[in-house]
Amino acid sequence: MKESEIMSKDGMVRSVREIVVPGELLDSGKLKPGNGTYVADGKIFASQLGIKSTKSNYVNVIPLGGRYIPVTGDNVIGKVIDIGPSNWLIDINSPYPAPLHVNEVPWRVEFGDTARYLNVGDTILAKVLMVDETKRVQVTMKDQGLRKLQGGQIVDISHSKVPRVIGKSGSMIQLIKSHTNCRIFVGQNGRIWLDGDIENIVVAIRAIRMIDEDAQTMRLTERVKEYLESVMKPSQ
Amino acid sequence: MEGKMIDENGLRVDGRKVDELRQIKIEAGVLKRADGSAYVEWGKNKVLAAVYGPRECHPRHLQDPSKALVQCKYNMIAFSVSDRKRPGPDRRSVEISKIISEALEYVVFTEYFPRTSVDVYIEILQANAGTRCAGLTAASVALADAGIPMKDMIPSVAVGKIDGQIVLDLCKEEDNYGQADMPIAIIPRTGEILLMQMDGHMTTDEFNRAMEYGFGACEKIYQLQKDALKRRYAVEDVEGLEEDVPREQQELEG
Repeated sequence: MKESEIMSKDGMVRSVREIVVPGELLDSGKLKPGNGTYVADGKIFASQLGIKSTKSNYVNVIPLGGRYIPVTGDNVIGKVIDIGPSNWLIDINSPYPAPLHVNEVPWRVEFGDTARYLNVGDTILAKVLMVDETKRVQVTMKDQGLRKLQGGQIVDISHSKVPRVIGKSGSMIQLIKSHTNCRIFVGQNGRIWLDGDIENIVVAIRAIRMIDEDAQTMRLTERVKEYLESVMKPSQ
Repeated sequence: MEGKMIDENGLRVDGRKVDELRQIKIEAGVLKRADGSAYVEWGKNKVLAAVYGPRECHPRHLQDPSKALVQCKYNMIAFSVSDRKRPGPDRRSVEISKIISEALEYVVFTEYFPRTSVDVYIEILQANAGTRCAGLTAASVALADAGIPMKDMIPSVAVGKIDGQIVLDLCKEEDNYGQADMPIAIIPRTGEILLMQMDGHMTTDEFNRAMEYGFGACEKIYQLQKDALKRRYAVEDVEGLEEDVPREQQELEG
């Protein structure tokens, strides 16, 4: 099926993409199967509820929901849920808890002294070190910018909306930051950490909620901008 | 009751033709706290299905290192039938939970989520025969709504025999006084049968007829399932997708 194109009010041509449900036929010949699809009898079907998108000969289904499944190299925001003598257990908002070994933190930790550095309930910025075929996950804090997060607040959104919150080359997140003067970290696992003045945080959270709920609607960036401008003066 | 269930015009007790379904309404994404959900009204049946997961599997010894488990709980609420139903699992609901889990497990790509379980809860709010079919129909919409990768959705329907005639989608009276009842669930695209049970008797001809009715009805139910999901996630435009950022570029920014 060919993507239909419509003219929107400002005269720009935008392609309207269709919602597909599991089992729906996506293509029966030319294209290659991408994410969220499967092949049966030489035809490509959707395996997930999402939006059909065709990019450089691949048909993909961009999911509308689902749980976060860790991928090596993802930056995530985790919560410490358990402590061992030589490791911490980190909840990264996925079906799998992720151990963080003492060798993978930027501090020198004596055996059994783990609680001095990170305690249950602490929040950290971490990176997914590796994921094996049975989805055993390991995270690390040994990389630039990874650290324990002090203060601030956490908002949870669907991980599939993370690209919307960041926007094209960071445009959306920059917009929120410049208007609210908050420090914001976005984890691939759908957790967002914010810090700043409490009134500003409230505004930023509202903007993020807006993106989370209306991620697929028209003129999202403009609407978020309008909202931010209506409540704040830009800080520059 | 013999000879009274179908009148001289070929109409049944509730005025339907022999190959006519009851009125079906499906709604997706009705619960906010669950990962996925669906509500089905099927004649006088009212069914709610909720899906959680994939999440860490409990009890731990059931975990499978190669694939996810699909664990389903079918439950009839105390006020779902005219005599109060004693709450809690019984022989019947344990059986139905098992067959629905097995049907769902076949369509879900379980190998994508090793060591986890996908939990499906089916609550029968009001029962009027054919609740396992309504439950399975709702559960597969809820699974899709939860964003779980699966081969296809599963429509399900019961076919039965009353007054020596094969009829589609039995209602309570027909179920109680009929001669046979056969719930089936299929994948319409491939024609694979994922659930089939029968009580009562049918000749081979009657059975083939029943299958024909069942497959026809499943196509219609499948369409309703698809419509329910598309209605829920209808979009005007997806401008956001133009801004799709490749994973590597999604930096944490401070």
